[in-house]
Amino acid sequence: MNRAIIQALLSHWLRHRLQLVTLLIGIALATGLWSAVQAINAEARASYQRASDQLALGLFDELRDSSGPISIERYVVLRRAGWQVAAVLDGPMRVVGNTVQVMGVDMVAYPPLPAVTQIEQSETPPDPAAMLTAPGRLIAAPELVPILQGQDGLPPVLSSNALPPDLILTDIGVAETLLDKPGQISRLIVLPTQPRGVPLLSDIAPELELVKATDQLDTSQLTDSFHLNLTAFGLLSFAVGLFIVHGTVGLAFAQRRAMIRTLRALGVSMRRLVWIVTIELAVLALIGGVLGLVLGFLLAGVLLPDVAATLRGLYGAPVDGQLSLQPQWILAGLAMALGGTLLASGHALVRLSRMPLLSGAGLQAWRGSGKGQRSSGFVGTALIAGGLVIGFVFEGLVAGFAMVGGILTGAALVLPYLLSLALSVFQSRSQGPVAQWIWADMRAQLPGLSLALMALLLALAANIGVGTMVSSFRLTFVGWLDQRLTSELYVTATDNQQGLQVAQWLKPQVDAVLPIRSVELSHETGPLFLYGIVDHQTYRDHWPLITSSNGVWDQVLAGEAVLINEQLARRSTLWPGDNVTLSPGHILPIAGVYSDYGNPTGQAIVSMSQLDQIAPGADTRRFGIRIAPERATEMAQALRDQFGLPRQSVVQQAAMKAQSLAIFDKTFVVTSALNVLTLGVAGFAILTSLLTLWTQRLPQIAPVWALGLTRAQLARLELLRSVLLAALTATLALPLGMVLAWALLAVINVQAFGWRLPMFLFPADWAYLFLLTLLAAFVAAALPALRLLRLPPADLLRVFANER
Amino acid sequence: MLLNIERVQKSYPGGRPVLRDVSLTLDQGQTLALTGESGSGKSTLLNLAAALDGFDGGEITLDGTALSGLDDRGRAALRRQSVSLVFQQFNLIPSLTVAQNLSFHARLANREETEWTTQLAERLGLSDLLTRYPENLSGGQQQRVAIGRAIAPRPKLLLADEPTGNLDETASATVLDLMLSLVSDTGAALLLVTHSQDIAARLDRQAHLAGGHIT
Repeated sequence: MNRAIIQALLSHWLRHRLQLVTLLIGIALATGLWSAVQAINAEARASYQRASDQLALGLFDELRDSSGPISIERYVVLRRAGWQVAAVLDGPMRVVGNTVQVMGVDMVAYPPLPAVTQIEQSETPPDPAAMLTAPGRLIAAPELVPILQGQDGLPPVLSSNALPPDLILTDIGVAETLLDKPGQISRLIVLPTQPRGVPLLSDIAPELELVKATDQLDTSQLTDSFHLNLTAFGLLSFAVGLFIVHGTVGLAFAQRRAMIRTLRALGVSMRRLVWIVTIELAVLALIGGVLGLVLGFLLAGVLLPDVAATLRGLYGAPVDGQLSLQPQWILAGLAMALGGTLLASGHALVRLSRMPLLSGAGLQAWRGSGKGQRSSGFVGTALIAGGLVIGFVFEGLVAGFAMVGGILTGAALVLPYLLSLALSVFQSRSQGPVAQWIWADMRAQLPGLSLALMALLLALAANIGVGTMVSSFRLTFVGWLDQRLTSELYVTATDNQQGLQVAQWLKPQVDAVLPIRSVELSHETGPLFLYGIVDHQTYRDHWPLITSSNGVWDQVLAGEAVLINEQLARRSTLWPGDNVTLSPGHILPIAGVYSDYGNPTGQAIVSMSQLDQIAPGADTRRFGIRIAPERATEMAQALRDQFGLPRQSVVQQAAMKAQSLAIFDKTFVVTSALNVLTLGVAGFAILTSLLTLWTQRLPQIAPVWALGLTRAQLARLELLRSVLLAALTATLALPLGMVLAWALLAVINVQAFGWRLPMFLFPADWAYLFLLTLLAAFVAAALPALRLLRLPPADLLRVFANER
Repeated sequence: MLLNIERVQKSYPGGRPVLRDVSLTLDQGQTLALTGESGSGKSTLLNLAAALDGFDGGEITLDGTALSGLDDRGRAALRRQSVSLVFQQFNLIPSLTVAQNLSFHARLANREETEWTTQLAERLGLSDLLTRYPENLSGGQQQRVAIGRAIAPRPKLLLADEPTGNLDETASATVLDLMLSLVSDTGAALLLVTHSQDIAARLDRQAHLAGGHIT
């Protein structure tokens, strides 16, 4: 019995192969875009976890000095008092234009690391003494080894695949030399077994702070916002894909109503039918899901290198650009395909299960009604209102996304009602019979096309919103770069001594030498970088202050106040007039807050003398040099020649800006790609809707043809209809996109990254997108229109005959 | 002579002939009933006369215009200006109201006369239904709208394909009475396809199609 039922049901797909292909493509696109994002996120998180495991990060309590590095003397005191601690010195180092992290550990005391164990157990293990005595050994991932081996002055390099791709592991003594931090320790690892009766930390090293393993900020926490943003975009793409599935399944079920009625009349129970149809959908979902996984894997492979570069650049997160196929990703993708398909088909399934035996077989019942539009409009309005309430009442990133989700979903549900309203206004104002018919016909077609148009609305709004956000960000960023990078030249000396020599040599030849000195402090919100500045007009004229109190620069330069970056201000709710604790005993009032895009951590600026008081011994290696722009190139070369500095140690302003902008642009490659793909899916949704509605179109077109319109005229009107609906949808998408842009700039960005951006308007971009939408609608309608144009009259006549 | 069908031949795409050397004439103001078994080619002949489909041989001349020489645009213009059609299944435009459907063909032909359309609506008993949509009408009401739409442009030739085939006996009689009365008033010629001998008997002439020939 089941076999006969399945045969009957499958015969529908055999006769409607395009519909089957559309359904599978819809599932594949939804799963593919979602899975691509998940693959990228999973790979990044796996990289973070791998790095934590490989370097034993976040496993042990740590001792830190919030005012700067820990001295060797303090380490010795702790060890003599019985504290079992292992010293770590880490920091960045430039190698052939790349920044790599150096992690120097006390090889004897530090807990065994997989990379070290691997090398010790290799066929040709190095002499253990060679690791500890000069020149020492560097251990690096295989891809980094050739780069390091080509450099003069570096110790021999050993290869281990148990390390992140951009990290050098070495003994702390070697790290001191590489990082030019002699006698400094970044942190002390507190080993798990401590002897009884060790003196209290407050007695022997009161300046040190014990940070519990569970309190340490790890990379995955830092990058959560970035991954959440990607997930939100993936979910939007998934939803747009499901619109195609919903539309196709709905039509297929409507077309099978007659068959199902017959099957029921022949004695098949509705329960059995629902089960078989559910299994049929599950099988289709799995086939589409597999196709989607292939698509997602390919897409993730293309996008991952850029995402990895962004995560490395923005957060210093260790992510390699290689994608690996993980079983849980496959299972999750298939589960999403299955769940999504059943969710998108749920309405049609419920309607099928409730279909009375003697109900009509026509397609009319499948279409929505004016009442349906009104009720979906009501639900949509409620969702928008709910989203706004959540957004304004609650705080946090999840609340921000809930607001955006509510507004977008609500707007999509309101769309059919608004379009119907607009079409009826146009219809009432139109004069000619054809114009009147076109508007009325569009209104009648709305229920069948509304899902595709909702998908288009969401894709366009996302495009406008995200595009406005990115363009506003870029414009602000460019302006900010102009303010922040005011010096014509930036120079980095190899050590402090050379730094002083460089400064002395430059002073008589340039307008100003502005030292760039900083130390990393510990703050309750995470790492805090404290910078010192000298008194110079450059800062007063250009520094990008968002808000400030009167006489801000005089206060700061007199050592009476501090400037903080926007991230720290928003995270700690600190604004001018409030006090900030920079380190124990150093509490200063805030005189101003400045924008600091692209930096995930807190930052503060004090006068140079104040910096030396708070954290004596900060490096003096970097300088900004004010000089007449036309002399910059000549001076850069003179500096390189005079001090034997490599090319990358003396950078001109323009190159620095170009580099910063390149990093910025790379950050949004993945967003732009998903944006374009979502719009493509929406265009495909229109095409599939028009194609699946094709069979229904003929009975409506044939009478008009019979009354004296040519097929060419009707084909042109089909194109016009699609373009007009897309144009109306795009017009409604504009305000929605602006709301989304505002939400991204004023809510999501603030919560995710800690900075609020001004919103700029880009009418030219919108006009381009509008034209692109019309083109997409034209292309989507071209195939049905071409079909109509070439349709033999006999097929149109069959419409009249078929209805007998 | 308004309509002259001369030795027309038509085959289905598979090559099976449906009309073989069919000839028929119809004068202005004349009514003709075309009868025949199912599949005898009655509707096909009606479609050819309405310039809805092309034929393989012979010639059809409508009001002096030879249909074989017309392209798609010419055929559409002919349907707009000279011919009106009434189908068994009504084939109203579902997205337009009764009033809009009634005037649609006349407006396409640029021959809309508001007074005449109002008069038609009254005679057809549609005055109270003008703002309704076709889906809210009974079959008889829908067919009356279809007849009104066909008559509104004052066509020279009205072609009706089983116009009462979907209606019950009472509605069928009403619709036929109205159609014949309006045809008579406007002076249009009528070619009506029907199975019913009773209906055929009410028209001026009868022709029977069998085996692809007029008998």
